[in-house]
Amino acid sequence: MKTLLEVDNLRKSFGGVAANDGISFNVAEGEILGLIGPNGAGKTSLFNAISGEIPPDSGEVRLLGERVSGRGPALCAARGIARTFQVVRSFDSMTVLENVMVGAFARTARPRAAMQAAQETLEFCGLAARADRPAWSLSPPEKRRLEVARALATRPRLLLLDEMLTGLTPTEAQGGVQLVRDVQARGVTIIMVEHVMEVVLPLVSRAVVLNLGRVLTIGAPAEIVKNPEVIKAYLGDRYAAA
Amino acid sequence: MDNDILRRRRRELITGVIVLAALAMLPLPIADVYTRNLLIITLLYAGLAQAWNILGGYCGQISLGHAIYFGVGCYVSTLLYVRLGIPVAFGLFAAGAVCGALALLVGWPCFRLSGHYYAVATVVVGEIGYLLFLNWDFVGAATGIYVPFKGESWLALQFRTQKLPYHYAMLAFVAATWIAAWVIEGSRWGFSWRAVRDDAVAARSLGVRVFASKMAAAAISGFFTGVGGALFAQYVGYIDPDSVLAGTFSILIALPAVLGGVGTLWGPLIGAVVLIPVSELSRSYLGGSGRGVDLMIYGGLIVLVALARPQGLVSLLGLRRRAHENAA
Ligand SMILES: Nc1ncnc2c1ncn2[C@@H]1O[C@H](COP(=O)(O)OP(=O)(O)OP(=O)(O)O)[C@@H](O)[C@H]1O
Ligand SMILES: [Mg+2]
Repeated sequence: MKTLLEVDNLRKSFGGVAANDGISFNVAEGEILGLIGPNGAGKTSLFNAISGEIPPDSGEVRLLGERVSGRGPALCAARGIARTFQVVRSFDSMTVLENVMVGAFARTARPRAAMQAAQETLEFCGLAARADRPAWSLSPPEKRRLEVARALATRPRLLLLDEMLTGLTPTEAQGGVQLVRDVQARGVTIIMVEHVMEVVLPLVSRAVVLNLGRVLTIGAPAEIVKNPEVIKAYLGDRYAAA
Repeated sequence: MDNDILRRRRRELITGVIVLAALAMLPLPIADVYTRNLLIITLLYAGLAQAWNILGGYCGQISLGHAIYFGVGCYVSTLLYVRLGIPVAFGLFAAGAVCGALALLVGWPCFRLSGHYYAVATVVVGEIGYLLFLNWDFVGAATGIYVPFKGESWLALQFRTQKLPYHYAMLAFVAATWIAAWVIEGSRWGFSWRAVRDDAVAARSLGVRVFASKMAAAAISGFFTGVGGALFAQYVGYIDPDSVLAGTFSILIALPAVLGGVGTLWGPLIGAVVLIPVSELSRSYLGGSGRGVDLMIYGGLIVLVALARPQGLVSLLGLRRRAHENAA
Protein backbone atom coordinates (compact mmCIF):
# COMPACT_ATOMS: atom_id res chain seq x y z
CA MET A 1 0.00 0.00 0.00
CA LYS A 2 1.15 3.51 -0.80
CA THR A 3 2.68 5.50 2.02
CA LEU A 4 0.94 8.80 2.66
CA LEU A 5 2.74 10.17 5.66
CA GLU A 6 6.23 9.61 7.02
CA VAL A 7 7.21 10.78 10.48
CA ASP A 8 10.96 10.65 10.65
CA ASN A 9 12.85 10.86 13.93
CA LEU A 10 10.79 13.78 15.19
CA ARG A 11 11.98 15.64 18.28
CA LYS A 12 10.43 18.47 20.22
CA SER A 13 11.16 19.67 23.74
CA PHE A 14 9.44 22.27 25.85
CA GLY A 15 11.93 23.57 28.39
CA GLY A 16 13.44 20.41 29.76
CA VAL A 17 10.52 18.17 28.79
CA ALA A 18 10.95 16.05 25.67
CA ALA A 19 7.36 15.92 24.40
CA ASN A 20 8.43 14.00 21.31
CA ASP A 21 11.73 12.18 21.58
CA GLY A 22 12.73 10.67 18.23
CA ILE A 23 9.42 9.47 16.83
CA SER A 24 9.25 7.57 13.54
CA PHE A 25 6.41 5.75 11.81
CA ASN A 26 4.59 5.67 8.48
CA VAL A 27 0.92 5.93 7.63
CA ALA A 28 -0.49 4.11 4.61
CA GLU A 29 -3.01 5.78 2.34
CA GLY A 30 -6.56 4.95 3.38
CA GLU A 31 -5.85 3.45 6.78
CA ILE A 32 -7.04 4.46 10.21
CA LEU A 33 -4.08 4.62 12.51
CA GLY A 34 -4.60 4.75 16.26
CA LEU A 35 -2.34 6.88 18.38
CA ILE A 36 -2.58 5.96 22.03
CA GLY A 37 -0.68 6.54 25.21
CA PRO A 38 -1.11 7.83 28.73
CA ASN A 39 -1.43 11.53 29.65
CA GLY A 40 1.54 13.59 28.59
CA ALA A 41 2.82 10.88 26.25
CA GLY A 42 3.21 13.45 23.46
CA LYS A 43 0.19 12.67 21.27
CA THR A 44 -1.05 16.22 20.89
CA SER A 45 2.51 17.49 20.43
CA LEU A 46 2.88 15.04 17.56
CA PHE A 47 -0.33 16.35 15.98
CA ASN A 48 0.99 19.89 16.37
CA ALA A 49 4.10 18.91 14.43
CA ILE A 50 2.23 17.05 11.68
CA SER A 51 -0.30 19.84 11.22
CA GLY A 52 2.42 22.49 11.13
CA GLU A 53 1.22 24.29 14.24
CA ILE A 54 4.54 23.90 16.08
CA PRO A 55 7.82 23.28 14.21
CA PRO A 56 9.84 20.31 15.48
CA ASP A 57 13.35 20.79 16.91
CA SER A 58 14.65 18.15 14.53
CA GLY A 59 13.43 15.36 12.31
CA GLU A 60 10.73 15.86 9.74
CA VAL A 61 7.25 14.99 8.56
CA ARG A 62 6.70 14.19 4.89
CA LEU A 63 3.42 13.98 3.05
CA LEU A 64 3.69 12.02 -0.20
CA GLY A 65 7.44 12.50 0.00
CA GLU A 66 7.34 16.27 0.46
CA ARG A 67 8.55 17.79 3.71
CA VAL A 68 5.70 19.67 5.39
CA SER A 69 7.00 20.04 8.95
CA GLY A 70 8.24 23.47 9.96
CA ARG A 71 6.47 25.14 7.04
CA GLY A 72 3.44 26.36 8.91
CA PRO A 73 -0.16 25.21 9.32
CA ALA A 74 -1.46 27.03 6.23
CA LEU A 75 0.88 25.04 4.00
CA CYS A 76 -0.02 21.78 5.71
CA ALA A 77 -3.70 22.54 5.21
CA ALA A 78 -3.10 23.34 1.55
CA ARG A 79 -1.25 20.03 1.11
CA GLY A 80 -4.18 18.16 2.62
CA ILE A 81 -3.63 17.81 6.37
CA ALA A 82 -6.61 18.73 8.56
CA ARG A 83 -7.15 18.30 12.26
CA THR A 84 -9.51 18.62 15.17
CA PHE A 85 -8.51 19.83 18.62
CA GLN A 86 -8.48 18.06 21.95
CA VAL A 87 -10.06 21.12 23.53
CA VAL A 88 -12.78 22.08 21.07
CA ARG A 89 -12.23 25.27 19.12
CA SER A 90 -15.09 26.88 17.28
CA PHE A 91 -15.68 30.29 15.71
CA ASP A 92 -18.33 31.31 18.16
CA SER A 93 -19.49 34.53 16.56
CA MET A 94 -20.30 32.61 13.38
CA THR A 95 -23.02 30.16 12.48
CA VAL A 96 -22.34 26.46 12.04
CA LEU A 97 -22.49 26.83 8.28
CA GLU A 98 -20.11 29.80 8.38
CA ASN A 99 -17.68 27.82 10.50
CA VAL A 100 -17.54 25.10 7.89
CA MET A 101 -17.31 27.67 5.09
CA VAL A 102 -14.01 28.86 6.57
CA GLY A 103 -12.72 25.37 5.89
CA ALA A 104 -14.29 25.21 2.45
CA PHE A 105 -12.59 28.47 1.47
CA ALA A 106 -9.32 26.55 1.59
CA ARG A 107 -10.29 25.08 -1.79
CA THR A 108 -12.25 27.85 -3.44
CA ALA A 109 -12.40 31.63 -3.35
CA ARG A 110 -16.03 31.71 -4.50
CA PRO A 111 -18.51 32.19 -1.66
CA ARG A 112 -21.28 30.25 -3.37
CA ALA A 113 -19.04 27.27 -4.02
CA ALA A 114 -17.79 27.41 -0.44
CA MET A 115 -21.35 27.53 0.85
CA GLN A 116 -22.39 24.57 -1.24
CA ALA A 117 -19.37 22.54 -0.16
CA ALA A 118 -20.06 23.46 3.46
CA GLN A 119 -23.71 22.44 3.20
CA GLU A 120 -22.75 19.08 1.71
CA THR A 121 -20.19 18.53 4.43
CA LEU A 122 -22.71 19.40 7.14
CA GLU A 123 -25.13 16.92 5.66
CA PHE A 124 -22.43 14.27 5.62
CA CYS A 125 -21.65 14.93 9.27
CA GLY A 126 -25.31 14.94 10.30
CA LEU A 127 -25.34 18.63 11.24
CA ALA A 128 -27.44 20.01 8.39
CA ALA A 129 -30.29 20.83 10.74
CA ARG A 130 -27.96 23.03 12.77
CA ALA A 131 -26.55 24.99 9.82
CA ASP A 132 -27.92 28.40 10.78
CA ARG A 133 -27.36 28.19 14.50
CA PRO A 134 -24.55 30.10 16.16
CA ALA A 135 -21.66 27.73 16.80
CA TRP A 136 -21.55 28.50 20.51
CA SER A 137 -25.05 27.11 20.98
CA LEU A 138 -24.14 23.56 19.98
CA SER A 139 -23.92 20.73 22.49
CA PRO A 140 -20.45 19.27 23.15
CA PRO A 141 -20.93 16.23 20.86
CA GLU A 142 -22.26 18.53 18.14
CA LYS A 143 -19.22 20.74 18.54
CA ARG A 144 -16.99 17.72 17.99
CA ARG A 145 -18.89 17.01 14.80
CA LEU A 146 -18.57 20.61 13.76
CA GLU A 147 -14.80 20.35 14.09
CA VAL A 148 -14.80 17.27 11.91
CA ALA A 149 -17.04 18.97 9.35
CA ARG A 150 -14.85 22.07 9.28
CA ALA A 151 -11.74 19.96 8.80
CA LEU A 152 -13.38 17.82 6.10
CA ALA A 153 -14.47 20.93 4.23
CA THR A 154 -10.79 21.57 3.46
CA ARG A 155 -10.89 18.28 1.51
CA PRO A 156 -7.98 16.70 3.35
CA ARG A 157 -5.99 13.61 2.45
CA LEU A 158 -5.14 13.11 6.09
CA LEU A 159 -7.37 13.88 9.06
CA LEU A 160 -5.97 14.09 12.59
CA LEU A 161 -8.58 13.49 15.28
CA ASP A 162 -7.50 14.44 18.79
CA GLU A 163 -9.72 12.68 21.32
CA MET A 164 -12.90 13.35 19.40
CA LEU A 165 -14.75 10.63 21.35
CA THR A 166 -13.56 11.63 24.80
CA GLY A 167 -16.27 12.80 27.14
CA LEU A 168 -19.11 11.47 25.02
CA THR A 169 -21.80 9.11 26.27
CA PRO A 170 -21.63 5.56 24.83
CA THR A 171 -24.43 6.34 22.35
CA GLU A 172 -22.77 9.57 21.23
CA ALA A 173 -19.43 7.80 20.95
CA GLN A 174 -21.08 5.14 18.79
CA GLY A 175 -22.24 7.91 16.47
CA GLY A 176 -18.71 9.30 16.42
CA VAL A 177 -17.28 5.92 15.53
CA GLN A 178 -19.71 5.65 12.63
CA LEU A 179 -18.68 9.11 11.44
CA VAL A 180 -15.02 8.07 11.47
CA ARG A 181 -15.85 5.02 9.36
CA ASP A 182 -17.83 7.17 6.92
CA VAL A 183 -14.93 9.57 6.60
CA GLN A 184 -12.56 6.70 5.88
CA ALA A 185 -14.99 5.38 3.26
CA ARG A 186 -14.59 8.73 1.51
CA GLY A 187 -10.93 7.91 1.02
CA VAL A 188 -9.54 10.07 3.82
CA THR A 189 -6.65 8.65 5.81
CA ILE A 190 -7.08 9.09 9.56
CA ILE A 191 -4.89 9.23 12.62
CA MET A 192 -6.93 9.20 15.78
CA VAL A 193 -5.78 9.88 19.29
CA GLU A 194 -7.85 8.22 21.95
CA HIS A 195 -7.24 7.37 25.57
CA VAL A 196 -9.62 4.49 25.83
CA MET A 197 -8.17 1.49 24.03
CA GLU A 198 -11.50 -0.31 23.92
CA VAL A 199 -12.86 2.46 21.69
CA VAL A 200 -9.97 2.87 19.26
CA LEU A 201 -8.71 -0.62 18.78
CA PRO A 202 -11.79 -2.00 16.98
CA LEU A 203 -11.57 0.92 14.53
CA VAL A 204 -7.95 0.95 13.54
CA SER A 205 -5.77 -1.23 11.33
CA ARG A 206 -2.69 -0.41 13.39
CA ALA A 207 -1.89 1.58 16.48
CA VAL A 208 1.16 3.52 17.61
CA VAL A 209 1.64 3.49 21.36
CA LEU A 210 3.51 6.49 22.77
CA ASN A 211 4.91 6.76 26.25
CA LEU A 212 7.01 9.59 27.64
CA GLY A 213 7.60 10.99 24.17
CA ARG A 214 8.81 7.75 22.60
CA VAL A 215 7.22 5.04 20.50
CA LEU A 216 6.62 2.07 22.77
CA THR A 217 5.36 -0.17 20.03
CA ILE A 218 3.55 -0.18 16.71
CA GLY A 219 1.27 -2.98 15.63
CA ALA A 220 -2.13 -4.45 14.93
CA PRO A 221 -4.69 -4.12 17.75
CA ALA A 222 -4.40 -7.79 18.67
CA GLU A 223 -0.67 -7.44 19.23
CA ILE A 224 -1.01 -4.19 21.13
CA VAL A 225 -3.32 -5.53 23.82
CA LYS A 226 -0.97 -8.44 24.51
CA ASN A 227 2.17 -6.33 24.70
CA PRO A 228 3.39 -6.38 28.33
CA GLU A 229 5.01 -2.94 28.05
CA VAL A 230 1.76 -1.40 26.89
CA ILE A 231 -0.10 -3.02 29.76
CA LYS A 232 2.46 -1.71 32.19
CA ALA A 233 2.34 1.85 30.82
CA TYR A 234 -1.42 1.86 30.89
CA LEU A 235 -1.93 0.19 34.22
CA GLY A 236 0.73 2.40 35.70
CA ASP A 237 -1.10 5.40 34.35
CA ARG A 238 -4.40 4.20 35.69
CA TYR A 239 -3.06 3.52 39.13
CA ALA A 240 -1.40 6.92 39.14
CA ALA A 241 -4.62 8.53 38.08
CA ALA A 242 -6.70 6.70 40.67
CA MET B 1 -31.39 27.18 -3.51
CA ASP B 2 -31.73 29.99 -1.07
CA ASN B 3 -30.56 30.11 2.47
CA ASP B 4 -30.08 32.26 5.50
CA ILE B 5 -26.78 33.82 4.60
CA LEU B 6 -27.82 34.96 1.13
CA ARG B 7 -31.18 36.18 2.33
CA ARG B 8 -29.60 38.13 5.18
CA ARG B 9 -27.05 39.71 2.86
CA ARG B 10 -29.65 40.80 0.37
CA ARG B 11 -31.78 42.28 3.12
CA GLU B 12 -28.79 44.16 4.51
CA LEU B 13 -27.92 45.58 1.12
CA ILE B 14 -31.47 46.84 0.61
CA THR B 15 -31.51 48.35 4.08
CA GLY B 16 -28.17 49.95 3.34
CA VAL B 17 -29.43 51.63 0.18
CA ILE B 18 -32.52 52.90 2.00
CA VAL B 19 -30.52 54.29 4.92
CA LEU B 20 -28.04 56.00 2.62
CA ALA B 21 -30.88 57.51 0.61
CA ALA B 22 -32.50 58.77 3.80
CA LEU B 23 -29.20 60.27 4.93
CA ALA B 24 -28.98 62.04 1.57
CA MET B 25 -32.39 63.67 2.12
CA LEU B 26 -31.83 64.46 5.77
CA PRO B 27 -30.09 67.86 5.46
CA LEU B 28 -32.49 69.23 2.85
CA PRO B 29 -35.14 70.53 5.25
CA ILE B 30 -32.48 71.70 7.69
CA ALA B 31 -31.27 75.24 7.10
CA ASP B 32 -29.51 75.65 10.40
CA VAL B 33 -25.73 75.68 9.89
CA TYR B 34 -24.98 74.30 13.31
CA THR B 35 -27.12 71.20 12.75
CA ARG B 36 -25.72 70.69 9.26
CA ASN B 37 -22.23 70.81 10.69
CA LEU B 38 -23.27 68.28 13.30
CA LEU B 39 -24.54 65.94 10.58
CA ILE B 40 -21.30 66.28 8.65
CA ILE B 41 -19.16 65.48 11.67
CA THR B 42 -21.42 62.55 12.56
CA LEU B 43 -21.09 61.12 9.08
CA LEU B 44 -17.32 61.59 9.19
CA TYR B 45 -17.09 59.58 12.40
CA ALA B 46 -19.49 56.95 11.09
CA GLY B 47 -17.13 56.40 8.15
CA LEU B 48 -14.00 56.48 10.30
CA ALA B 49 -15.53 54.06 12.79
CA GLN B 50 -16.48 51.70 9.96
CA ALA B 51 -12.89 51.92 8.69
CA TRP B 52 -11.69 51.06 12.20
CA ASN B 53 -14.29 48.29 12.40
CA ILE B 54 -12.82 46.58 9.35
CA LEU B 55 -9.65 45.89 11.31
CA GLY B 56 -10.84 46.04 14.90
CA GLY B 57 -14.28 44.47 14.46
CA TYR B 58 -14.03 41.95 11.68
CA CYS B 59 -10.42 40.96 12.20
CA GLY B 60 -10.37 41.55 15.96
CA GLN B 61 -7.19 43.64 15.98
CA ILE B 62 -7.92 46.47 18.39
CA SER B 63 -6.04 49.54 17.21
CA LEU B 64 -5.78 52.51 19.53
CA GLY B 65 -3.55 54.42 17.18
CA HIS B 66 -5.79 55.13 14.23
CA ALA B 67 -5.23 58.88 14.68
CA ILE B 68 -1.98 58.37 12.82
CA TYR B 69 -3.83 57.28 9.66
CA PHE B 70 -6.39 60.01 10.08
CA GLY B 71 -3.73 62.66 10.61
CA VAL B 72 -1.38 61.47 7.89
CA GLY B 73 -4.35 61.38 5.53
CA CYS B 74 -5.04 65.02 6.40
CA TYR B 75 -1.45 66.01 5.78
CA VAL B 76 -0.93 64.06 2.54
CA SER B 77 -3.93 65.50 0.72
CA THR B 78 -3.42 68.99 2.17
CA LEU B 79 0.26 69.09 1.20
CA LEU B 80 -0.58 67.85 -2.29
CA TYR B 81 -3.11 70.63 -2.59
CA VAL B 82 -1.04 73.40 -1.06
CA ARG B 83 2.31 72.54 -2.60
CA LEU B 84 1.32 70.96 -5.92
CA GLY B 85 -2.20 72.17 -6.49
CA ILE B 86 -3.60 68.66 -6.69
CA PRO B 87 -7.27 68.80 -5.66
CA VAL B 88 -8.60 66.59 -2.91
CA ALA B 89 -10.65 64.51 -5.35
CA PHE B 90 -7.33 62.97 -6.38
CA GLY B 91 -5.45 63.74 -3.20
CA LEU B 92 -7.75 61.56 -1.14
CA PHE B 93 -6.65 58.49 -3.07
CA ALA B 94 -3.03 59.41 -2.43
CA ALA B 95 -3.89 59.91 1.25
CA GLY B 96 -5.58 56.50 1.34
CA ALA B 97 -2.70 54.80 -0.42
CA VAL B 98 -0.07 56.33 1.88
CA CYS B 99 -2.10 55.40 4.96
CA GLY B 100 -2.74 51.86 3.69
CA ALA B 101 1.01 51.46 3.19
CA LEU B 102 1.65 53.00 6.59
CA ALA B 103 -0.74 50.50 8.17
CA LEU B 104 1.27 47.70 6.59
CA LEU B 105 4.47 49.22 7.93
CA VAL B 106 2.97 49.44 11.42
CA GLY B 107 1.43 45.97 11.15
CA TRP B 108 4.65 44.28 10.13
CA PRO B 109 6.17 44.42 13.61
CA CYS B 110 2.99 44.94 15.64
CA PHE B 111 1.00 41.95 14.40
CA ARG B 112 3.71 39.73 15.81
CA LEU B 113 2.46 40.83 19.21
CA SER B 114 -0.62 39.16 20.53
CA GLY B 115 -3.80 40.47 22.10
CA HIS B 116 -3.42 43.45 24.39
CA TYR B 117 0.20 44.00 23.40
CA TYR B 118 -0.95 44.85 19.91
CA ALA B 119 -3.32 47.50 21.26
CA VAL B 120 -0.56 48.94 23.46
CA ALA B 121 1.87 49.05 20.53
CA THR B 122 -0.62 51.00 18.42
CA VAL B 123 -0.96 53.60 21.18
CA VAL B 124 2.80 54.06 21.08
CA VAL B 125 2.83 54.29 17.28
CA GLY B 126 0.10 56.93 17.42
CA GLU B 127 2.07 59.01 19.93
CA ILE B 128 5.23 58.73 17.84
CA GLY B 129 3.32 60.00 14.81
CA TYR B 130 2.01 62.96 16.79
CA LEU B 131 5.46 63.89 18.08
CA LEU B 132 7.07 63.55 14.64
CA PHE B 133 4.61 65.94 13.03
CA LEU B 134 4.81 68.31 15.97
CA ASN B 135 8.51 68.79 15.29
CA TRP B 136 8.61 68.49 11.51
CA ASP B 137 9.06 71.90 9.89
CA PHE B 138 8.27 70.72 6.36
CA VAL B 139 4.69 70.05 7.44
CA GLY B 140 4.39 73.21 9.48
CA ALA B 141 5.35 71.61 12.80
CA ALA B 142 3.20 72.86 15.66
CA THR B 143 1.88 75.76 13.59
CA GLY B 144 0.06 73.49 11.18
CA ILE B 145 -1.12 74.28 7.65
CA TYR B 146 -3.88 76.50 6.34
CA VAL B 147 -5.71 75.21 3.30
CA PRO B 148 -5.92 78.25 1.00
CA PHE B 149 -9.28 78.98 -0.53
CA LYS B 150 -8.94 78.86 -4.33
CA GLY B 151 -12.54 79.37 -5.36
CA GLU B 152 -15.58 77.15 -5.12
CA SER B 153 -14.94 73.71 -6.56
CA TRP B 154 -16.21 70.17 -6.22
CA LEU B 155 -12.85 68.72 -7.21
CA ALA B 156 -11.08 70.56 -4.43
CA LEU B 157 -14.14 70.30 -2.21
CA GLN B 158 -14.08 73.99 -1.41
CA PHE B 159 -17.19 76.05 -0.80
CA ARG B 160 -17.42 79.42 0.83
CA THR B 161 -20.63 79.07 2.81
CA GLN B 162 -22.45 75.98 1.59
CA LYS B 163 -22.47 72.96 3.86
CA LEU B 164 -24.40 70.60 1.63
CA PRO B 165 -21.47 69.56 -0.61
CA TYR B 166 -19.52 68.46 2.46
CA HIS B 167 -22.52 66.50 3.63
CA TYR B 168 -22.53 64.58 0.37
CA ALA B 169 -18.78 64.10 0.40
CA MET B 170 -18.97 62.60 3.88
CA LEU B 171 -21.99 60.54 2.90
CA ALA B 172 -20.05 59.13 -0.06
CA PHE B 173 -17.29 58.27 2.41
CA VAL B 174 -19.78 56.49 4.68
CA ALA B 175 -21.21 54.65 1.68
CA ALA B 176 -17.77 53.56 0.50
CA THR B 177 -16.77 52.19 3.90
CA TRP B 178 -20.15 50.53 4.40
CA ILE B 179 -20.06 48.84 1.00
CA ALA B 180 -16.48 47.75 1.64
CA ALA B 181 -17.60 46.14 4.89
CA TRP B 182 -20.58 44.53 3.18
CA VAL B 183 -18.41 43.09 0.41
CA ILE B 184 -15.83 41.87 2.92
CA GLU B 185 -18.50 40.15 5.03
CA GLY B 186 -19.49 37.95 2.14
CA SER B 187 -16.03 37.19 0.79
CA ARG B 188 -13.33 34.69 1.64
CA TRP B 189 -11.37 37.49 3.28
CA GLY B 190 -14.22 38.32 5.60
CA PHE B 191 -14.58 34.71 6.65
CA SER B 192 -10.85 34.40 7.20
CA TRP B 193 -10.72 37.58 9.27
CA ARG B 194 -13.60 36.62 11.49
CA ALA B 195 -12.05 33.19 11.95
CA VAL B 196 -8.77 34.86 12.93
CA ARG B 197 -10.64 37.01 15.44
CA ASP B 198 -12.58 34.12 16.98
CA ASP B 199 -9.76 31.57 17.12
CA ALA B 200 -6.50 32.10 15.28
CA VAL B 201 -5.20 28.58 15.96
CA ALA B 202 -8.28 26.92 14.48
CA ALA B 203 -8.23 29.40 11.60
CA ARG B 204 -4.70 28.58 10.55
CA SER B 205 -5.33 24.86 10.84
CA LEU B 206 -7.89 25.41 8.07
CA GLY B 207 -5.36 27.12 5.84
CA VAL B 208 -6.07 30.72 6.81
CA ARG B 209 -2.92 32.83 6.64
CA VAL B 210 -3.30 34.70 9.89
CA PHE B 211 -0.58 37.30 9.49
CA ALA B 212 -1.55 38.08 5.90
CA SER B 213 -5.20 38.42 6.96
CA LYS B 214 -4.32 40.98 9.61
CA MET B 215 -2.12 42.88 7.16
CA ALA B 216 -4.86 43.01 4.54
CA ALA B 217 -7.43 44.20 7.08
CA ALA B 218 -5.01 46.83 8.37
CA ALA B 219 -4.25 48.13 4.88
CA ILE B 220 -7.92 48.54 3.98
CA SER B 221 -8.69 50.08 7.35
CA GLY B 222 -5.75 52.48 7.04
CA PHE B 223 -6.76 53.38 3.49
CA PHE B 224 -10.26 54.46 4.46
CA THR B 225 -9.13 56.24 7.61
CA GLY B 226 -6.70 58.26 5.48
CA VAL B 227 -9.46 59.13 3.02
CA GLY B 228 -11.58 60.35 5.93
CA GLY B 229 -8.69 62.52 7.06
CA ALA B 230 -8.35 64.05 3.60
CA LEU B 231 -12.03 65.02 3.54
CA PHE B 232 -11.90 66.39 7.07
CA ALA B 233 -8.88 68.59 6.33
CA GLN B 234 -10.64 70.11 3.35
CA TYR B 235 -13.76 70.70 5.42
CA VAL B 236 -12.14 72.47 8.32
CA GLY B 237 -9.52 74.23 6.22
CA TYR B 238 -6.80 74.11 8.84
CA ILE B 239 -4.82 71.23 10.32
CA ASP B 240 -2.19 70.95 12.99
CA PRO B 241 -0.95 67.97 15.01
CA ASP B 242 -3.22 68.76 17.95
CA SER B 243 -6.37 68.87 15.86
CA VAL B 244 -5.76 65.76 13.72
CA LEU B 245 -3.08 63.57 15.31
CA ALA B 246 -3.80 63.74 19.03
CA GLY B 247 -4.33 60.47 20.84
CA THR B 248 -7.94 61.34 21.65
CA PHE B 249 -8.77 60.89 17.96
CA SER B 250 -7.73 57.28 18.15
CA ILE B 251 -10.30 56.81 20.88
CA LEU B 252 -12.93 58.85 19.04
CA ILE B 253 -12.50 56.75 15.90
CA ALA B 254 -12.87 53.48 17.80
CA LEU B 255 -15.66 54.47 20.18
CA PRO B 256 -18.65 54.60 17.82
CA ALA B 257 -17.86 51.09 16.60
CA VAL B 258 -17.43 49.79 20.13
CA LEU B 259 -20.59 51.50 21.27
CA GLY B 260 -22.66 50.46 18.26
CA GLY B 261 -21.33 46.93 18.04
CA VAL B 262 -17.95 45.74 16.77
CA GLY B 263 -17.81 43.47 13.77
CA THR B 264 -21.26 44.46 12.58
CA LEU B 265 -22.32 46.36 9.48
CA TRP B 266 -24.46 48.88 11.33
CA GLY B 267 -22.64 49.24 14.62
CA PRO B 268 -20.30 52.07 13.58
CA LEU B 269 -23.08 54.17 12.04
CA ILE B 270 -25.43 53.67 14.97
CA GLY B 271 -22.65 54.36 17.43
CA ALA B 272 -21.71 57.57 15.65
CA VAL B 273 -25.32 58.74 15.48
CA VAL B 274 -25.65 58.34 19.24
CA LEU B 275 -22.20 59.41 20.34
CA ILE B 276 -21.21 62.35 18.16
CA PRO B 277 -24.29 64.55 18.72
CA VAL B 278 -24.12 63.85 22.44
CA SER B 279 -20.48 64.82 22.57
CA GLU B 280 -20.88 67.91 20.39
CA LEU B 281 -23.91 69.10 22.35
CA SER B 282 -22.25 68.54 25.67
CA ARG B 283 -19.22 70.42 24.46
CA SER B 284 -21.23 73.43 23.39
CA TYR B 285 -23.50 73.46 26.44
CA LEU B 286 -20.84 72.79 29.00
CA GLY B 287 -18.73 75.43 27.36
CA GLY B 288 -14.99 75.81 27.43
CA SER B 289 -14.28 73.17 30.01
CA GLY B 290 -12.89 71.34 27.00
CA ARG B 291 -12.20 67.78 26.10
CA GLY B 292 -12.42 66.35 29.55
CA VAL B 293 -16.20 66.37 29.89
CA ASP B 294 -17.03 64.77 26.58
CA LEU B 295 -14.49 62.06 27.26
CA MET B 296 -16.19 61.42 30.58
CA ILE B 297 -19.51 61.15 28.78
CA TYR B 298 -18.01 58.69 26.30
CA GLY B 299 -16.59 56.69 29.13
CA GLY B 300 -19.98 56.62 30.85
CA LEU B 301 -21.77 55.56 27.66
CA ILE B 302 -19.28 52.80 27.00
CA VAL B 303 -19.56 51.45 30.51
CA LEU B 304 -23.34 51.57 30.23
CA VAL B 305 -23.37 49.68 26.95
CA ALA B 306 -20.76 47.21 28.11
CA LEU B 307 -22.89 46.37 31.12
CA ALA B 308 -26.30 46.32 29.48
CA ARG B 309 -25.52 45.30 25.90
CA PRO B 310 -22.06 43.79 25.43
CA GLN B 311 -22.81 43.23 21.73
CA GLY B 312 -23.35 46.94 21.24
CA LEU B 313 -26.38 49.06 20.47
CA VAL B 314 -26.92 47.24 17.20
CA SER B 315 -28.24 44.26 19.13
CA LEU B 316 -31.15 46.41 20.31
CA LEU B 317 -32.46 46.64 16.79
CA GLY B 318 -33.04 42.94 16.47
CA LEU B 319 -30.81 42.87 13.40
CA ARG B 320 -29.38 39.70 14.84
CA ARG B 321 -32.74 38.43 15.94
CA ARG B 322 -32.44 35.21 14.00
CA ALA B 323 -29.27 34.23 15.81
CA HIS B 324 -30.94 34.78 19.17
CA GLU B 325 -34.06 32.91 18.20
CA ASN B 326 -31.99 29.96 17.15
CA ALA B 327 -30.01 30.09 20.31
CA ALA B 328 -33.10 29.77 22.40
N1 LIG C 1 3.02 24.20 24.12
C1 LIG C 1 3.61 23.54 25.14
N2 LIG C 1 4.38 24.21 26.03
C2 LIG C 1 4.97 23.58 27.05
N3 LIG C 1 4.88 22.26 27.27
C3 LIG C 1 4.13 21.52 26.43
C4 LIG C 1 3.44 22.14 25.33
N4 LIG C 1 2.80 21.17 24.65
C5 LIG C 1 3.03 20.03 25.32
N5 LIG C 1 3.85 20.23 26.38
C6 LIG C 1 4.33 19.20 27.29
O1 LIG C 1 4.73 18.11 26.50
C7 LIG C 1 4.31 16.89 27.10
C8 LIG C 1 3.43 16.13 26.14
O2 LIG C 1 2.20 16.81 26.03
P1 LIG C 1 1.07 16.40 25.02
O3 LIG C 1 0.00 17.41 25.15
O4 LIG C 1 1.66 16.20 23.68
O5 LIG C 1 0.61 15.02 25.61
P2 LIG C 1 -0.67 14.14 25.25
O6 LIG C 1 -0.16 12.79 24.94
O7 LIG C 1 -1.48 14.79 24.22
O8 LIG C 1 -1.42 14.13 26.64
P3 LIG C 1 -2.99 14.13 26.95
O9 LIG C 1 -3.44 12.71 26.83
O10 LIG C 1 -3.07 14.62 28.34
O11 LIG C 1 -3.63 15.02 25.97
C9 LIG C 1 3.60 17.25 28.38
O12 LIG C 1 4.55 17.12 29.43
C10 LIG C 1 3.23 18.70 28.20
O13 LIG C 1 3.22 19.39 29.41
MG1 LIG D 1 -3.36 15.54 24.10
